[in-house]
Amino acid sequence: MELYQLTIHELKQKLVRREISSLEVTEAVIDRIRRTEDRIHAYVTLTAEEALAQAKRADKARSRGTIVSDLAGIPLAIKDILCTRGVRTTCGSGILAHYVPPYDATVIRKLRERGAVLLGKTNMDEFAMGSSTENSWFGPTRNPWAVDHVPGGSSGGSAAAVAADGCLGALGSDTGGSIRQPAAFCGIVGLKPTYGRVSRYGLVAFASSLDQVGPLAKDVEDCAILMTAISGFDPQDSTSVDVEVPDFRGALVGGVEGMRIGIPKEYFLGGLDGDVEKAVQKSMRLFEQWGAVCREISLPHTDYALAAYYIICTAEASSNLARYDGVRYGHRSEDYSGILDMYRKTRTEGFGPEVKRRIMLGTYALSAGYYDAYYRKAAQVRTLVKHDFDKAFEDVDIILTPISPTPAFRLGEKTADPLQMYLSDVFTIPINMAGLPGMSIPCGFDRQGLPIGLQLVGKPFDEATIIRAAQAFEQKTEFHRRRPDLDSAAG
Amino acid sequence: MGTAKISQEDVRYVAKLARLNLSAEDMEKFTLQLNSILSYMDKLNELDTSNVEPMSHVIDVYNVFRDDVVGESFAREVALENAPDREQGFFKVPRIIGDEEGSV
Repeated sequence: MELYQLTIHELKQKLVRREISSLEVTEAVIDRIRRTEDRIHAYVTLTAEEALAQAKRADKARSRGTIVSDLAGIPLAIKDILCTRGVRTTCGSGILAHYVPPYDATVIRKLRERGAVLLGKTNMDEFAMGSSTENSWFGPTRNPWAVDHVPGGSSGGSAAAVAADGCLGALGSDTGGSIRQPAAFCGIVGLKPTYGRVSRYGLVAFASSLDQVGPLAKDVEDCAILMTAISGFDPQDSTSVDVEVPDFRGALVGGVEGMRIGIPKEYFLGGLDGDVEKAVQKSMRLFEQWGAVCREISLPHTDYALAAYYIICTAEASSNLARYDGVRYGHRSEDYSGILDMYRKTRTEGFGPEVKRRIMLGTYALSAGYYDAYYRKAAQVRTLVKHDFDKAFEDVDIILTPISPTPAFRLGEKTADPLQMYLSDVFTIPINMAGLPGMSIPCGFDRQGLPIGLQLVGKPFDEATIIRAAQAFEQKTEFHRRRPDLDSAAG
Repeated sequence: MGTAKISQEDVRYVAKLARLNLSAEDMEKFTLQLNSILSYMDKLNELDTSNVEPMSHVIDVYNVFRDDVVGESFAREVALENAPDREQGFFKVPRIIGDEEGSV
């Protein structure tokens, strides 16, 4: 076993027992990144020197006996949508290609306070708008399981880095599936927390009522460790909720005996890849074998969530992205006559096609004469989607669904038709619309050997129950142990 | 909403609102794509929502005030570090009043 293959909890044990130093592991991971990056391109910015310095500091603190954190000396990757003080934060966009934030996002501050080693910033769809990481200003990331396939998106860089052992764990963000879908495509664990659970301060805004930061990890225990570290009320974020944060490792025991699991029939109506359907059905039967009670439920407005989502998220994005005007930070066009011309040229040069498309759609949906027909209508449908879940959770503890209708698709397969790309998020979007916690865990492989993800959805602020179910599944299955082969000639 | 969703003229107008320049080619492509996306969104009209409250946030959002105490803030130079253009401690922009298109 190579050092870079360790999980967070395995490494922590070795660090505590002084079997190994953080510096050795960080060096091994950086070397791993250097040997795989030309094929994967998970990172936009690698901060190797800073990472090695942080590792040395963690080792020193440990030898003085002042370390208690689970994350001290653990090398992690950060999606390039989270502000990192002194380290370029591009959001995958040309308009922020040279932006160096003067402050840390709250989640970054929390990781630093716990002594984590930050390896660098991972690639993403521009402003998190996409499902394949093909919309990055810096070129696409590739799926470690099959490099002619996408890693999913928008947190594709973070997911690919975890799957390729280019970090021990990572942070991403999820507005409509951007943590869960790439986690599924890359065969790892990803968790979108309840809206309000994790601070959004320093998270570059895409759609503020939907965005949430969360972990991507090699297994469920690592996911629980990262969740515990980043959760909690933050006075800097007015939508952060002041509720108690459990130590999510406490949820790793208990199993699923007697757990009531809802299977929404609307998620199996067609358009679902045969291998995905089989893997999800089989997972359901496994939960039943272990003592859970599965029952069919109905979420009748599922079919409308996607349309409503793309109105709401584009409307919010058109407003959030109005700040990129070339005045205070970011790109400014070199050649302009007058202020309006400067705004237009700056934005036209700095934004890629998908971002422009969404700004246009959102501006239209909010414009005079169309507001009621689009935005207001979508917000009403959001109420209906939320009510569906409220009602379902009266009778079940968690809901189980596929993450995506298909496993990873090929690069270029959906870029010509934006609507087809949008449809790959059909099973993850309703969860953001309702603000619920959702998790992706590996539950099988398709006939080509590509990973398949299972979605577990919980009640608001009840991440613990989905983590418990996920851990029960992981302990009795082997899917999470299989890793992509990047070392053989064929890799 | 009828069958004609959005014309090239509409797209031109929305681009103006969004402060984007679109080439003739972009204009054509965006008109097609936005029409296809907006047609898909028509399915929302199958739902009667006349008695449904709109929801813009899943949690109750209210204004949050902090205590009125002096805190730390960025030094001026730090705040200006990312500015594309600056002068004497200010963000520098082209003339705003009397621009060729009138007031902003």
